[in-house]
Amino acid sequence: MHIVVCIKQVPDSAQIRVHPVTNTIMRQGVPAIVNPYDLFALEEALRLKDKFGGKVTMLCMGPPQAEDALKKCISFGADDAVLVTDRSFAGADTLATSYALAAAVRQIGKEQKVDIVFTGKQTIDGDTAQVGPGIAKRLGLQLLTYVSRIADLDLENETITVERRAEGGVQVLKTAVPCLITMLEGTNEMRFAPLENMIHAARYPVRKWNKEAAGIEDVTKIGLKGSPTVVSKVFGPTPRAEKALMQSVEDASPRDVSLNVIQKIFTQHPTLERDILAKAAV
Amino acid sequence: MSEAEPKKPAARGGRNLELPEHLKAYKGVWVFIEHDRGEAHSVSWELLGEGRKLADTLGVSLSGVIMGGPDEPLDAIAKEAYSFGAEACYIIRDPVLKGYRNEPFTKGMTDLVNKYQPEIVLLGATTMGRDLAGSVATTLATGLTADCTELRIDPATRALAATRPTFGGSLLCTIMTLAYRPQMATVRPRVMRMPDADTTRTGTIIEDSLGMIETDIVTKLLDFIADENSNKVNLAYADIIVSGGKGLKNPDNFKLIWDLAKVLGAEVGATRPVVQSGWVDAERQVGQTGKTVRPKLYIAAGISGAIQHRVGMEGADVIIAINTDPNAPIFDFAHHGIVGNAMQVLPVLTDTFREHIAMRSRKAA
Repeated sequence: MHIVVCIKQVPDSAQIRVHPVTNTIMRQGVPAIVNPYDLFALEEALRLKDKFGGKVTMLCMGPPQAEDALKKCISFGADDAVLVTDRSFAGADTLATSYALAAAVRQIGKEQKVDIVFTGKQTIDGDTAQVGPGIAKRLGLQLLTYVSRIADLDLENETITVERRAEGGVQVLKTAVPCLITMLEGTNEMRFAPLENMIHAARYPVRKWNKEAAGIEDVTKIGLKGSPTVVSKVFGPTPRAEKALMQSVEDASPRDVSLNVIQKIFTQHPTLERDILAKAAV
Repeated sequence: MSEAEPKKPAARGGRNLELPEHLKAYKGVWVFIEHDRGEAHSVSWELLGEGRKLADTLGVSLSGVIMGGPDEPLDAIAKEAYSFGAEACYIIRDPVLKGYRNEPFTKGMTDLVNKYQPEIVLLGATTMGRDLAGSVATTLATGLTADCTELRIDPATRALAATRPTFGGSLLCTIMTLAYRPQMATVRPRVMRMPDADTTRTGTIIEDSLGMIETDIVTKLLDFIADENSNKVNLAYADIIVSGGKGLKNPDNFKLIWDLAKVLGAEVGATRPVVQSGWVDAERQVGQTGKTVRPKLYIAAGISGAIQHRVGMEGADVIIAINTDPNAPIFDFAHHGIVGNAMQVLPVLTDTFREHIAMRSRKAA
C-alpha cells in the first residue's frame, strides 16, 4: 500500500506577535513547525502502514527551508519525502496550491501507485480547509473530509469505511480507494520519534522538485498568476467607536467595582436581568 | 470594521484582474441552503440576511439553492427561505441527494452555477459547506474565501470584498475575486446576525434535475449516528457565557470561571491557548478556530482580546472584560472594563451577582 501525506510548514501562530504601532506581523524569531492538524493525518497514515505494510511518502509545497518539516515527518516514521519548491509557486492561493500538489501526487503515483492521500483538516495559518478537497477533485479521488475514524480498510476489494464528522452527528461512509482523507484533529496521538529515526531523518535526502519535476503542465495555473483571489488589503482591527466604561480595582474595592458594573448592565439591559432571574428560579 | 478602499488592486505578476467579457453575464446572489433531517441549518438564514444586503447593493436578485431527496420537505424549506429574503429557490430533488455526499452535491451545485450563472455564491462554513465549497470552487476554477467575518460590495469594482482573519487570527484581510465568476465565500455559523423572518414574503421555485443515478456514485452513506444531546455543549446559542484566558495562570484558577457561570446559569468558554493547554475541552473554544457566539452577556476574564478570539465573540450584546493590563486590546471593544487581577475580581463579582439575584428573587416572590 502506498500512502501520500500532504503537509504544510507554518509559523507557530501561538508565537506570532503584531507590532503595536505599525500593525505589521513580526515574523522574526517565530519558529516554523509542521502544521499541527497535519500530524493527525500522518499518525493515521503510519497506523495504516503498521497494520497493512507499505510505504508513506510525505509531500509539501513551500520554500527550501520547508525541508525541515519533512525531515520531522521522516523522524516519526515516514519513508520518503518530496518538497515541491519553485519560485514560480509563490503567491499561490488555495486553487493554485491544489493544482501544484495534485500534479506532484500524480508524479509520485508514476513511481508507485497511490492508494490513499491524507491531508490535515486545515492549516493553522490559512484555516481554509480548501486544499484537501481541491486535490481530490483534480485527481478524481473520492473525498472524505473531517474523518474521525477509519473503521475498515479492505485492500483486496479496494474499499474503505470511515466515520466522518458532520453537523449534529457522524456519517458512516464507505467508498473505494484511491481516496483522499482529511483527518479530524484529536483523533489520535502522534508517536514519539526514537533517536535512531531522528538521526536517519537528519541525514535523509529530501527530494526537491521544481515545477518541471513536479509535472506542472500549465504554468498559468500556479503561483500568483493561477490564483483567482486577490488580497486587496491587510489591516489591524479598529476599536469600537464608543470606549468601554472603565473601572479599576486601584481606585475602588473589587466589591464596589462589581456592584457598579452589575447595576449598570442591568439598568441598561433589563431583559438580561429578567433572563438571569428566570434561570436562577429554575 | 473599516471601509474597503475604493481603488482597484494593482495587477502583479502579469495576472489579469479585469473581468473577461463572457463572465459579465453572471448576475445574482446565491445562498446554499444546508439542511439535514428535515431542518435547515440556521447559518443559511444568516447568510440570506447578508446576501439580501449584497443583492440590494448590486440591484440583483437573491436566491437559495436547495438539494435533497424527494421525501424531504424542500418546499417548506424554500418557503422559509423566502421569509428570510430569498426571491427564488433552485431545487434539485433526487433520491441520491438524501444525506450529504460530496459527489452528487458537487455535481448539482456546479451544474446549477454553470446553467444559471450567479455572480456570488455563499455557503455556511460547516463540515458540509466547507466540503462542498472547496470542491465546487475547484471544479469551477474560481476564487473561494473561507470563514469571512464581513461581506461587502467594493464600490469601484462591484466585486465581493470578503474580509477574514489571517495570520493565525492576528490581522484581518480583505479578499476579492476580480477576473473569475462566481465569487464564492463561506461564513461560519453565528458570525452574521439572524435576519427577521417575514412570512408574508413569497418567491418562485425553479426545479432542475441532477442527471446522476445511485450506481454512478462511488461513496455510500451507510449510517448516520446522531450526537447525544446530553453531553453536547451548546456554546454557539448560549445567552450568557463566562470565558477565561491564560491570564488566569493555571487550571485551578479556571474554576473561578465555572463558579461565576453556575451563578449566572451560563455556559463556560475559553480562548485557544486555554484549550491547547488542556484546561477545558476543545468544544468550549471561542474564536476563529473555535465557536462563534452571540450571547446577551459575555464576561471575559484574563483574556487579552486577540483578533482570533475577538471575531468569535464581538457580536455579544454586552461584553464585560476583566484584565490587569489597562491597554489590553479587549478594552477596545468591551462595553465594561474592569482593570484588575481576574483571580481577585472574579470571586467578588460572583458573590455580588449571587446576592443581587437572591435579593431580586425575594422581591419578586
